[in-house]
Amino acid sequence: MLISNLGFGLLIITLIVAIYSGIAAMIGVTRNARVWAESARAAAVLTFPLLSLSMLALAGLIVAGDYQVQYVYNVASNSMPFYLKLTAIWGGQSGSLLFWCWLLGLSAFLVALRSWHSDQDLLPWIILVIAITLIFFLSLVIFVENPFVRFWRTAGGSEMVALFQPAGALPLIPLDGRGMNPLLRHPGMVFHPPALYLGFVGFIIPYAYAIAALITNRSDDQWIRATRRWSLVAWLFLSLGLLLGSRWAYDVLGWGGYWGWDPVEVAALLPWISGTAFLHSIMMQEKRSLSKRWNMILMILTYSLVIFGTFLTRSGVFSSVHAFSQSAIGPLFFGFIALTLLISLVLLALRWRNLGADTQLQSPFSREGLFLMNNLVMMGLLIACLWGVIYPLISEIFTGQQVTMGPGYYESVAGPLFALLLLLKGIAPLTTWGAGSSRSLGKRLLWPALGSVVVVIVLLLFGVRQVAALVGLGFAALVIIATVLEYSRAVRGRSLRLKEALPHAFWRLTNLNRRRYGGFIIHLGVALMAVGIIGIELYQTQTQATLQNGQSVSLAGYTVTLQSISSWDSNDGRNVIAANLTVNRGARFIKQSTPRSDYFYDAQQTMTVPGVYSTLAGDLYIILADWNPIYTNQATFKIYYNPLINWLWIGGLIFMLGTLVAAWPPRKSTPLAEVA
Amino acid sequence: MRAKYIIGGLLILAAMVFLIVSATQKNSQYFMTVDELLQQSQQMQGRSVRISGAVLGDTIYYDPNTLTLSFTIVAIPGDNDEIESQGGLAAVLHAAVQDPARTRLKIEYSGVRPDQLKNEAQAIVTGTLRADGVFEAEELLLKCPTRYEESIPQQAETTVP
Repeated sequence: MLISNLGFGLLIITLIVAIYSGIAAMIGVTRNARVWAESARAAAVLTFPLLSLSMLALAGLIVAGDYQVQYVYNVASNSMPFYLKLTAIWGGQSGSLLFWCWLLGLSAFLVALRSWHSDQDLLPWIILVIAITLIFFLSLVIFVENPFVRFWRTAGGSEMVALFQPAGALPLIPLDGRGMNPLLRHPGMVFHPPALYLGFVGFIIPYAYAIAALITNRSDDQWIRATRRWSLVAWLFLSLGLLLGSRWAYDVLGWGGYWGWDPVEVAALLPWISGTAFLHSIMMQEKRSLSKRWNMILMILTYSLVIFGTFLTRSGVFSSVHAFSQSAIGPLFFGFIALTLLISLVLLALRWRNLGADTQLQSPFSREGLFLMNNLVMMGLLIACLWGVIYPLISEIFTGQQVTMGPGYYESVAGPLFALLLLLKGIAPLTTWGAGSSRSLGKRLLWPALGSVVVVIVLLLFGVRQVAALVGLGFAALVIIATVLEYSRAVRGRSLRLKEALPHAFWRLTNLNRRRYGGFIIHLGVALMAVGIIGIELYQTQTQATLQNGQSVSLAGYTVTLQSISSWDSNDGRNVIAANLTVNRGARFIKQSTPRSDYFYDAQQTMTVPGVYSTLAGDLYIILADWNPIYTNQATFKIYYNPLINWLWIGGLIFMLGTLVAAWPPRKSTPLAEVA
Repeated sequence: MRAKYIIGGLLILAAMVFLIVSATQKNSQYFMTVDELLQQSQQMQGRSVRISGAVLGDTIYYDPNTLTLSFTIVAIPGDNDEIESQGGLAAVLHAAVQDPARTRLKIEYSGVRPDQLKNEAQAIVTGTLRADGVFEAEELLLKCPTRYEESIPQQAETTVP
């Protein structure tokens, strides 16, 4: 009772503080008054502890099981363990928006506490941009999607939802909550939303710097230097969020897939694509003073796509499995995106002439030439994905008939573009900045190209005939060979020059140029992920069979035999039906597999848990599809064989490792402004 | 030199535009309500269509011999605003299932029964309408709005503070 009012009150105070920090920043700029700028900064710092207390209030309500609070009733239940109750904070719409605000408060806190010597003039504008974003999201939480509203029974006997006790109404306290959907009770799903949101929110800071640079008319690359690591960390979390979501789909959704091109998935991918293009493109500006305008465009685009992504996941525009429910926040989001995009683009137009390039592109075979190609293809991918997501809206506006795009659309567009990106990744590490000739590049490309041709020939000999697989695996081989050769050449060079042992030289070299070699590691990870994706996309096989005890079915060289079916009530509120199967390869016993189906009494929801036999060659993925409830000696199974799928996860881990290397702060204590 | 870049860039751009346009033509699916589909059943036969409806729990049947899943869906409005004005998705689904006068459509799907397939779930089905009037599904998406919808609990205890 008291706590929910406290949580709400804290939100109101935070909103006031955020509004104050925006106004103080404005005054600081117009009057050129240092005191006001410092005051705006202090207010920005204050939003984080305030939001933390509000989050704590919500967490307390959930953990204590105060089901009079509607949000708690919807996401928590008595039988949920403590850690799941904590994750229920972002398990529903209003809670996740509060969580979003909290992360933005954290970012504001970290930015405001930095040393500002070199960015004195940028500071108030940065605070202002963050404050405006925070005010928008806080207003949503307070006025539209409030997690602190409670149930009441009016004097007339009807039930209602309100923040404060209506006159004559009594509190309505349910005995138990509905609890989190069991399908979401998975480690991947527990950490997927926070990781994704950290990625989303993280990109707001570089955007704030970009806008501040535009307003103050600074054409240097200070905004990029100051936020490069921010962008990398945001990108790391965004990638992690996408990967965790895929893993969750693979483990839980039971269709043997990992990515369905659902509009909401695509919406999370969009800022990732523009962010990836940005991270490549800023290197052109830093090294060669090129693409200043383009980097601004990419950053503005990324910010809009972050808000758009949050909007898609939080509104009912598209009937997608992810959307929480219909809600009123759609038009508000649309207005905010349109407004910020418009203002950003007007600012950019005003500064357009100042942001010209200092140099020119000298050769298409230089590093920057390839980065340009990379950006071009990335933009193609972005436009294709955006087109697919908004096509239903466009078609409805112009023809009155909603036309949606199936996964086939994305696959047929993204496939060739991904292949092209792989090819570029294979060539890029062999090029040099500035001048580069086709001849010198050709010489360095010789061995990697020959190596990948050998790989393709071997694949042909093993019976691989699909062109898409040959091209994709050939390019993946090119990336791996070129990257490893280039890496080992540098390590060997250093080892000979400085008389260091090879592992030591490897460690020192990577440490000295973390960005470059972090990038190498990321590219290796992506190539491995491509191998996994090609495996499952082009070579997945499946079968269905109804078996009685003792009967078998075969797939991909494995024989699966049903031994028995058992059923029991677990002590945590589930009814479990499990099939005991043996998996053999020829005559050799491999393992026991027990795919099962859990029925959660409280949530009235079934959860299918596959039995998976996982190797580097592929996963045997068994689903208990149906069973005879009376005789329990017969059941139906759907079995998938997913070749090479584990390389997707392994590649993903290597990708994360590479990003971590690239984002790792320098050891020497340089001034803070250049570090973060 | 500059002209060469521009021509090269334009060529790549043209290739990507072609890719997007041709993929759009091949993969468009009409998203319509059950009523709209049945009104235009002649033109729509054999075309890839996406429809949305409320699942009738009693009709869900899985045949282990043919390995096919079948169930019936009831027409619901396609327009978000219309759904909102009728009390939200959960209420619309509930009303649809109760109303025998609404249009119904039988769905057949060869595949595993999804966990969320149950009475009053929203089914978003992609597939084609067969000549015999049964909708053959290639893809099933299910939404159970009651899980997230902000609604008032039916069995609640009132206490005086």
